[in-house]
Amino acid sequence: MIEVKNVSFTYPNGVEALHEVSLTIRDGEFVAIMGQNGAGKTTLVKHFNGLLKPTKGEVVVDGVNTKEASVAALSRKVGFVFQNPDHQLFSETVEDEIAFALKNFGFEEDVIKKRVDWALNLLDLKKYRKTSPFMLSGGERKRVALASVLAWDPKAIILDEPTIGQDQNQKDVLQQFIAQLVAQRKTVVIVTHDVEFVAECNPKIVLMADGKILAEGSAKKILTNPHLLAKASIVLPQIAQIFSGLVGLGLPTDVINIHEAEKALLDFMEAKP
Amino acid sequence: MPVIETKGLTYTYPSGTKPALEDVSITIERGEFVVLTGPSGCGKTTLCRCFNGLVPHFYGGKLKGDVLVTGLNVRDHSIYELARHVGLVFQNPENQLFALSVEKDVAFGLENLGMLREKMKKRVDWALQITGIEELRERAPHELSGGQQQRVAIACVLAMQPDVMVLDEPTSFLDPLGAQRIFEVINELNKNLGITVVLVEHRLDLAARYADHVIIMDEGRVMLDGKPREIFRLEKARLMGIGIPKATRLYQILEKNGVNLGKVPITSEEATQILKEVLSSD
Repeated sequence: MIEVKNVSFTYPNGVEALHEVSLTIRDGEFVAIMGQNGAGKTTLVKHFNGLLKPTKGEVVVDGVNTKEASVAALSRKVGFVFQNPDHQLFSETVEDEIAFALKNFGFEEDVIKKRVDWALNLLDLKKYRKTSPFMLSGGERKRVALASVLAWDPKAIILDEPTIGQDQNQKDVLQQFIAQLVAQRKTVVIVTHDVEFVAECNPKIVLMADGKILAEGSAKKILTNPHLLAKASIVLPQIAQIFSGLVGLGLPTDVINIHEAEKALLDFMEAKP
Repeated sequence: MPVIETKGLTYTYPSGTKPALEDVSITIERGEFVVLTGPSGCGKTTLCRCFNGLVPHFYGGKLKGDVLVTGLNVRDHSIYELARHVGLVFQNPENQLFALSVEKDVAFGLENLGMLREKMKKRVDWALQITGIEELRERAPHELSGGQQQRVAIACVLAMQPDVMVLDEPTSFLDPLGAQRIFEVINELNKNLGITVVLVEHRLDLAARYADHVIIMDEGRVMLDGKPREIFRLEKARLMGIGIPKATRLYQILEKNGVNLGKVPITSEEATQILKEVLSSD
């Protein structure tokens, strides 16, 4: 779906934010790009819908080189939900906000109406149809931003720091929602340093530091490697921390979330004489 | 005398149709490290605004009951007077910093108090040193990283030497290591200088270990109030969806399965220690 080939990117002020990055994200894959603030995560994903074009190397999205396509055309395939919803919301009502991009993409009036209803329903926003997005809470505005992207049914969805400022209930809802998108064969990319959220969702992880990719692999493999995570200034998930201290006892070493921990501990105690 | 006390506090914003706070009665003792948490919109930010008089003096609205800060009833004292006792640090430091240099930002509040130049200089040096940002003193705050900016915001408040420091989700824009460093700074202020801390926080996995008092709110009311180990082990705490520490969650799960760990862990280190003892003793 997205192929990044040997990409370097230098901002106009001379800062090199990406250095020779190569990465393949397959159709229907769920990927978390992790790393500390300033590691180059957001710069990388802005290449996925052409918001940024590589200084060196190339990015191919669904068979199209991003240098040869407009942001509008690429956005049709790859929807981008910003970290701060206020950077993308501007309409007078939630309904208009969701319809805006659909109009720009030239959908028929009756299709637009159906899609808007569908998206409002999906993200539990029906009661806010006629409300100004700016009257809503931060969490609700994030949902409007997501609804407006999902409405045009892109093949891939990028979520930049979706858990910031969200409480545990909202994170649980987000996790279920991502699972739904993945089940529909959408490609989902989240950019995050929320290691607990990632441990619960179990995506493939791309670990970044200083504009480079440090490692790629399953959440189990990456999130149980303290040396690797330290290089990206990320701390182990709490459950992995707890289990890393129990290695001598014969418990599994690749436990990263609470469900796995429950099973591992109960199995262990049952197996004891 | 408690440093903060609310009695039957009920408050409604001017535009509100129902109270943002309802019958809140809490006591915060001098020197405590309080973690105040609850789902989004539960009223925790509004409660913090009562501590320095922003509610009701700035926001208006209808306030019933009493809020006493170092014995002063906020109703009868101005925000300016209360600022000497309560310092507020916000979620986004950008909203708080505005001067051309870190040093000037930290000195700003002191200038407003009319402090003498020599004394002010000493106070600024002290605040910069304690927050570990002496080398940033000449820098422009808007050029700094999020973590550095948040330290500057804390230094600004610290320079006023308040009795209580109230921090409203001070790390939500920081990565976990950056957040941990800020919590360490706050913890040192509390343990070494005896400043009472009220920390509003969602990330209990990082913050809970420092607390000796936890208050959990929902829909404008105080639902749970007490010592962290007693509060987090309750099923009610989990059901409120506040994301209790995973260490404590393991305790709950094992308890449900008939295994009592004896002690309630808050941190991962404690959980490892307790599990080691229990699992290898049989």
